[in-house]
Amino acid sequence: MLIRFFHMLREAGIPVSITEFLALLEALEARVITLSVDDFYFLSRTVLVKDERFYDRFDRVFAAHFKGLEELFEMLVAELPEEWLRRASELFLSEEEKARIEALGGWDALMETLRKRLEEQQGRHQGGSKWIGTGGTSPFGAYGYNPEGVRIGQDRSRHRRAVKVWDRREFANLDDSVELGTRNIKLALRRLRRFARQGAADQFDLAGTIDHTARNAGILDIRMVPERHNAVKVLLFLDVGGSMDDHVRICEELFSATRSEFKHLEHFYFHNFVYESVWKDNRRRHAERIPTLEVMRTYGPDYKLVFVGDATMSPYEILQPGGSIEHWNEEPGAAWLGRLLASYPRHVWLNPEPTDRWDWTPSVKLTRELVDDRMYPLTLKGLDEAMRALS
Amino acid sequence: MTPDRFRGTDTYVATDELTLAVNAAVTLGRPLLIKGEPGTGKTQLAQEVANALGRRLYEWHVKSTTKAQQGLYEYDAVSRLRDSQLGDERVRDVANYIVKGMLWRAFESEEQSVLLIDEIDKADIEFPNDLLRELDRMEFYVYETRELVRARHRPIVIITSNNEKELPDAFLRRCFFHYIRFPDAQTMASIVDVHHPGLKNSLLKEALEAFYRIRDVPGLKKKPSTSELLDWIKLLVAEDVPPEALRTDDQKGSIPPLYGALLKNEQDVHLFEQLVFLHRRAQRNS
Repeated sequence: MLIRFFHMLREAGIPVSITEFLALLEALEARVITLSVDDFYFLSRTVLVKDERFYDRFDRVFAAHFKGLEELFEMLVAELPEEWLRRASELFLSEEEKARIEALGGWDALMETLRKRLEEQQGRHQGGSKWIGTGGTSPFGAYGYNPEGVRIGQDRSRHRRAVKVWDRREFANLDDSVELGTRNIKLALRRLRRFARQGAADQFDLAGTIDHTARNAGILDIRMVPERHNAVKVLLFLDVGGSMDDHVRICEELFSATRSEFKHLEHFYFHNFVYESVWKDNRRRHAERIPTLEVMRTYGPDYKLVFVGDATMSPYEILQPGGSIEHWNEEPGAAWLGRLLASYPRHVWLNPEPTDRWDWTPSVKLTRELVDDRMYPLTLKGLDEAMRALS
Repeated sequence: MTPDRFRGTDTYVATDELTLAVNAAVTLGRPLLIKGEPGTGKTQLAQEVANALGRRLYEWHVKSTTKAQQGLYEYDAVSRLRDSQLGDERVRDVANYIVKGMLWRAFESEEQSVLLIDEIDKADIEFPNDLLRELDRMEFYVYETRELVRARHRPIVIITSNNEKELPDAFLRRCFFHYIRFPDAQTMASIVDVHHPGLKNSLLKEALEAFYRIRDVPGLKKKPSTSELLDWIKLLVAEDVPPEALRTDDQKGSIPPLYGALLKNEQDVHLFEQLVFLHRRAQRNS
């Protein structure tokens, strides 16, 4: 039944709601489509799937659900088996009814009537037309048949062509399993918003106008103010490479969310831990390095500092001069981190590793101590707490 | 008599799946959310649906500063204040200062109309949420005049998005959705045919080949789209470029003529030139 299809979609992780499911039934009832699996596929996709990322998953569920029904289709499509009808009626019909059949003009006429019935019924039940197989009921139930879903006269070639549409899986690369979408991240980041008025005065200032009009003895004096903008400034330090590879996706999401949410956002990359220089472009990380001191000189203390990294490394990389795995560092990473934290009193460290693993890694514990326990997991809740700590 | 089903028009090639999505949305009175690569005719669709069904089109173009309220109505308090200073009689009726938005105008239309909400993702993240009831029930309340505006006929609502922001689930649940896929070569040929009838067959073939070759170049920042192809072909026709000039195995032409219509930033042009150069060198050496 359709309900099973609905549940399969949900199991596959496509967010389908009951309202959407009902809308699909409504559409079927309103006969938006003619009788074709092809159309049914497009219709159900239009109604149930709201993001092209899920198209591929939908195709797979659709194929899985409607596979095997094809042969059944072909069979039903071919001819209503005459033997079947005859035997069924012998089983279920009473003597009286058999007499009436004779009155109707014998078997041939009855078959004709039945066939017509089926055709009529299919019109009213077009929604069910594909689910004969899963229902498992004989198409000939009470008084011979349960016509739900039976379809006669299906155009075979059209049907085969339709199957290809979802079996082609053209949306394969659009699928991703984003559980925590950028939208959620953005909403969490909203906590950080600090509005300030800057730029051209293009908004009506009601309070100011009333004030000035009153001072002006009632002669209207319209005041305008600039629009409010989010004035929060953020420095984002992202750990790249190595153990961070597992967390690339979530970091990308966080990054794209912050990019659109903050006007003043500067991002820098580092590997494992911060030392005397960072970089802005990973492709030219060896050629174009920016001294950390320069960062501290350029961006004032009103910037908020956000580290994103798993802090998973050898403790030497934090504590020892020359501990870095990439180069010889004159001073230990802890010293550089300390300088950064001193320059930017508002700081947090976001860690994509799950919280319960933090205690297992000495370097995480160490980093956590260095940032005064202001380390938060990179989940919505953690992000929310981090934003609270920053604001 | 105007048809009540959309089937594409003389100037717009709609795939079967797109017409079905439009017809489903029209029949059930749900808004239709259209996404797809830029230049695949999302905005155009509303225009064509309105034309095909013989309905009036109301266009509401959303910008980053657009508020949901502006689609319903705006109360022009400043001019009322000014009029009151001048002793204008109009000032007594607040209705004189209610400026109707696109949604309102579509609602009060005498017959069913088509309402386009263009690029809904440009607006603030909460924007779609503010329109939930309006799109669901097709009614809203005007506080200033204490009247309830209800749609006489549910307008056909077409919403486009460029995927810049994710839309809230509650909003998506109320819409039907269709993603306009980039047309395959065959559909593309019929699209070009609609826009440039009588194009020399050889030119069309070469142009399409060149076009898909450019789209297949890995690493392009902005892939050329349908509308860019149409522009390019227009240029080719206007300049009377012979079909032979479009072949890349031609030794003197390094990149397709008038490429500016297809490639929109210099990195892409550089990348493309480099690839063509490498390709030619490989050919010469072989």
